[in-house]
Amino acid sequence: MGAFLHMGGYGVYIWPAYGASILGIGAAIILTLMAYRRAKARLAALEKPRA
Amino acid sequence: MIFEFANPKRFMTLSGALLPWFAGAAIILLGVGLYLGLFVAPPDYQQGDTVRIMFIHVPAAWVAMMAYGLMALASLFSLVWRHPLADVAAKTAAPLGALFTTLALITGSLWGKPMWGTYWQWDGRLTSFLILLFLYLGYIALWNAIEDELRAGRAAAILALVGVVNLPIIKFSVDWWTTLHQGESIFRPDGPTISAVFIWPLFLMAFGYTALFMTLWMIRIRTEILERRARTLMLGH
Repeated sequence: MGAFLHMGGYGVYIWPAYGASILGIGAAIILTLMAYRRAKARLAALEKPRA
Repeated sequence: MIFEFANPKRFMTLSGALLPWFAGAAIILLGVGLYLGLFVAPPDYQQGDTVRIMFIHVPAAWVAMMAYGLMALASLFSLVWRHPLADVAAKTAAPLGALFTTLALITGSLWGKPMWGTYWQWDGRLTSFLILLFLYLGYIALWNAIEDELRAGRAAAILALVGVVNLPIIKFSVDWWTTLHQGESIFRPDGPTISAVFIWPLFLMAFGYTALFMTLWMIRIRTEILERRARTLMLGH
């Protein structure tokens, strides 16, 4: 496990690269889904027949 | 014919059916790609373990360029045929393109430090890729700066089309300015110069990144269609 994280001394470059990618993509997924849910809820509220 | 499918209502049906497949493909491809890239591929004989950065750097760069091409194509449709769905498609591709461009720059920089001895250099490939990021940011800024949606869309579309010249510059930069970034090693007339043990995780990750981009892009287009429908309804009340 230690050797895996160490990556032949290059872990300090490899893991930040993977970390930044996961963070950026993860944030994009969360923001995209949140905006989608919000738009769906907003439209549903508007389309509700009003008295 | 393309216009029949490009109608927003049809797009909602079609994308609703395609979404689970693209999302599922993205999960599987990225899962297998990461496993092969981190656990199966051996350290490169020259680059050591830093070669593993390639599996996230190159796919991010490819998708960043593909997204720009798609955004420009959609902009062309929106300018020439005034197609509202094309306008939405171009607008929603930009933030994703900017994200993948940023990731390509960050991962490239973290690969450059141990291999080239520097995080950054004004090399042809690096500079033209930074310009790609500025094009995306300028495109997004234009959309936000102009109040009227129609005018904003047209101005942004023109910028997107002008910026297309940067794509071949990125592609051929490694041949024109051989200052730092390595040359093409995959799409060569004489075949790839890297070994299969690296090609496999690279291609799986590239397809995974592409499927992920398509998934997020479709959801963002759907979101924008719903928002525009809601706005029209608000005006009606």
